[in-house]
Order: sequence, then structure tokens, then C-alpha cells
Amino acid sequence: MFDRARIVGGLLQSLSGIACLIIVAMVVIIIGNILIHGVEKLSLSFLIEAPEAGMTGGGIFPAIFGTVALVLLMTLAVIPLGVATAIYIHEYAPKRSRMVHLVRLAIQNLAGVPAIVFGLFGLGFFVEFVGRGVDRAFYGGTLVYGQPAILWAALTMALLTMPTVVVATEEALRAIPVSYREVAYSLGATRWQMIRRVVLPQAVGGILTGGILAVSRGSGEVAPVMFTGAAYFLPELPRQLNSQFMELGYHVYVLTTQSPDVEATKPILYTTVLVLLLLTFSLNFTAIMIRARIRKRLRYGR
Amino acid sequence: MVVDREVLAAPIDEAYGRSVPIRTTGLAVRAGGSEILKGITLDARRGEILSIIGPAGAGKTTFLRCLNRMNDLDPDIQVSGEVLLDGVSVYDREVDVAVLRRKVGMVFSVPVPLPMTIFQNLTFGLRLIEGAQNRYAERVEKALRSAYLWDEVKDRMDEPARNLSGGQQQRLCLARTLALEPGVLLLDEPSSGLDPVSTAKIEEALQELKADLGVILVTNNVKQAARASDRTAFFLFGQLIELDLTEKLFTTPREPKTADYISGRFG
Repeated sequence: MFDRARIVGGLLQSLSGIACLIIVAMVVIIIGNILIHGVEKLSLSFLIEAPEAGMTGGGIFPAIFGTVALVLLMTLAVIPLGVATAIYIHEYAPKRSRMVHLVRLAIQNLAGVPAIVFGLFGLGFFVEFVGRGVDRAFYGGTLVYGQPAILWAALTMALLTMPTVVVATEEALRAIPVSYREVAYSLGATRWQMIRRVVLPQAVGGILTGGILAVSRGSGEVAPVMFTGAAYFLPELPRQLNSQFMELGYHVYVLTTQSPDVEATKPILYTTVLVLLLLTFSLNFTAIMIRARIRKRLRYGR
Repeated sequence: MVVDREVLAAPIDEAYGRSVPIRTTGLAVRAGGSEILKGITLDARRGEILSIIGPAGAGKTTFLRCLNRMNDLDPDIQVSGEVLLDGVSVYDREVDVAVLRRKVGMVFSVPVPLPMTIFQNLTFGLRLIEGAQNRYAERVEKALRSAYLWDEVKDRMDEPARNLSGGQQQRLCLARTLALEPGVLLLDEPSSGLDPVSTAKIEEALQELKADLGVILVTNNVKQAARASDRTAFFLFGQLIELDLTEKLFTTPREPKTADYISGRFG
């Protein structure tokens, strides 16, 4: 009996070890492959020039710029919306109410909706409905906002990443001890004062973690921006909220599937993917640095 | 202070008027299906410490939390009966709960320093009030001296409050409440988990504070009630069994249940 238990245990141990190895190997292979093939074309000019010669030459600067602008706009939209939602359902709404249950259900389902559906929704709702509506109301029907634009793409992306922010914020709110809240109330704080002076300063770290997750999700998604604002090729940078823009993920898709000369675009494709990865990492890293700075400023926090 | 002891011994005293800051009449609390308090009628007076003793589940803390309406935070709790603060019903619709809680200060059983500096903790309540800003220093010092903490923290105001020891933290919580200059002070087992020296300091502070304050002290420690309070109320299963001058209640209790509890035969 004892020996059998030992054998089974050893077997399970090796199996779980192998599982870990496989995962590590996959990551190494993917990143290694991209690195090896991508590095050769990586240069400063590649980063600061626009594509040329039907995507077989030049750089990818417009796509880098567009992605960063998209992610920033998305963050501006998703953080207030997500944080406000989480504060409402965790702090204001009566516990166990139907309403909260419904909102939670909606958010959970939102998290499960495929990204392409968000893209179609963005096209139908933001571009066709909101954009056209704005045009009819303020611009006499001329096409200003009723077309794919970075604004609509960012809002669509914000919807996609909102569940992440809501869940992370709620988690942070839940982590704040009831005793802090009671002390604040007992010293004459109203609900808003309690939230403003005790809850939010404590929850900032968690909220920013949600923001970081949203940024890393948003900078890699293609489907939501395909119909709502990303352009196939656009040597100019987006100047206004209603400009179209190039986006790295979409550019990868274009290079892979739409190129007239597959062999000629291949090195560019590899380097573009490498830049996309690096950009995602550095956006993440920036967000983590911002969080660390804020945490340091509130060092009495935790 | 000259007080008529026989008058004090009466459970409710109609003649007390102004010096009775808190009076409850038939205060009952239900939570879910169960009755936690079954009609409590008692009063707290300025110039005395009223302690509430009783076994766990007697409703001591629930009673205390009715007085500054902390029970409002739990939607399952229903309160009936009357609580008068200086003659005004605290459950009246026009009462501003935030103002009520400043007048009826509370210290919890576990010291909870807010995650801020010592100074920020002490001024937390003041910062919520418009126009109190210019009196910080004066009020903070007074509150700290009353809580016997001034000498220990006067040079450490900008340190995080959690750097203090447990006993100091609890005195900080007391000072934080006192900075709002309440008329009634509610203490919910303030020295559970504190060392004897810290406990003694808090009790000493209360003896001086009671001159201007009505103090209600909930305690699991019968000895603390005996040495620190002027009157003692004994709660059992949501009922007020006996209320008397502390020395009377501990030497010649009227109710056999009280005698059993204080002699340690149950609870």
C-alpha cells in the first residue's frame, strides 16, 4: 500500500512538473521565434517612419502612435466608468438587492462576450447611432462623427475592458475592513466622506491594477477596433477625435492576410509583432510604475 | 460633586432633567427573526460612569450601537422604542446622523487606527466639519492630554498611527473621539486585549472625563465594572435584569441571576 501511494505521488509530481515545463517551453518558443526573426529589421527608422511601397517597406510609426492614443483614450473612458460602477454596487446599492444582482450578471456576461461582437456593437451603436445622431443634431447631416473614428474605437474598447476594471475595483473595495468604515461613520462622516477619505485612498492600488489589466487587454485586441476606427493604411497621424488611425494589432492582421507580396512583408510582419509585444509590455510597465508611485505617496496605506 | 445616593440608585429618575444626556425607553431590537434587545429602559447621567455587564449575547454592544445609530448600517436590524439625547429622540427623521455621532462618541473594542498619521487620525472628525480647521492644534492637544497620551506622541505626530503599541492605539482612538468634544462617550469593551497598564490609564482618563460627559462602558470584565463605574447595569438575554449603584450591585444584588453572574457561576 505504502509503495503504491509513493508511486502514484511520484507520478503526479512528475506530470505536474512536465505541465509546467510545457508552458515555459511554449512561451520561450513563441517569444524566441519572434525575437530571432523580428530583431533583424528592428531599427530606429522602422519605429519612426510610415509604411511604404504597399506595406513591403518603411516603418510602422502611425500604428504605434495610433495604438498608444487608443489605449490612452480608452483608459480615460474606462476608469471613471468602471470605478463609478463598482462604487455604486459595492457602497451605495442596498446589499442583496435585485438591481445589484442584475448589474453583476450584466458585467459577468459582458466579460464573456467575444471581442468581435463588441466590434460590431461599436459599429452599430457608436458609429451608426450615436455618431450619425450627433451629425444630424449638430452638423446638419454632414459626415463628421458618423464614421469610424478613434473616439468610437476607444469607447468600444472601454466597454470591452470595463468588466476588468469593475471587478478589480470591487475586489479592492471589499478588501477594506468594515472597522475602518465604522470608525469613519462614528466620527461623523457621511457616506460620501467615508468613501472619499477612507475607502478611495485605500482602494487606489486595486483600481490601478484594474487599469493595468485593462491596458494590457486593450493594447492587444484587434476585433473591437476593426470596424470602429482602425484604418488599413494611413500615413497621417490621427489629429482629432473623429480621425481614423492605424493600430498595431490590426496592422499585423493586415500584413498577414492582405499583403500583395507575402514573402516581402514577412520580415516586417515579424518586427511588427515584436514591437506590438514590446509596446504592450511597456504600457503595462508604465502603468505599474504609476501605481507604485501612488502607493508610495500613500505609504501609510498598507 | 455632591449626589444623593438614593436618587442615583433608582433605575429611572424623572427629576434628573438636564443632567441625563441619554435616556432609553422600551428600546427593543430585532434582527432577522430574533429579538436581541427586549425593551431596555435606562439612563446615563453626566458626571458618572455607567457600566453594562453581562454574558456574551446579552445585547450589550447592540444597546450601545443604538445610542449613536451605528445599527443603521445593518439593514437587517430593526430598532423600536425611544432613545432621547438631551431630550430629543435620536431616531427622529430630522436628526442628522453625522452630527449625532459627533455628539455621542464611540470607542470600539479593538483599536482601529485609520491608515494615516497620528495627527491625521486625531483630526479626522474635525476635518469633516466646516470651519473647525483653525482649532486643530488646541483641540488635539486637549484630547491627547485627556486620553493620557500627549507625552508619548507629541513629537511623533507625523508617524503612521499603526507604529503605536496596542494600548497607545486605543488611547489614540479615545483621543480621536474626544477631539470632537462629545457629550456622551460610549465605550465597547475598550480594554479587551490591552495590558493592565494601558487599561489602568484608560480607566484613569475616564474618571477625569466623566465630569463633563456621560460615559457608558460596556465590559466583559466584571472587575473593571466594579472598580471603574458608578452605576452598573446587568444585561441577560436582551433584558435589563438589574441596575444599581455599583457598590450595591456587587455587594447586595437584588436579583439571584445578578448574584450568579458576578460570582462567576455562569457566563
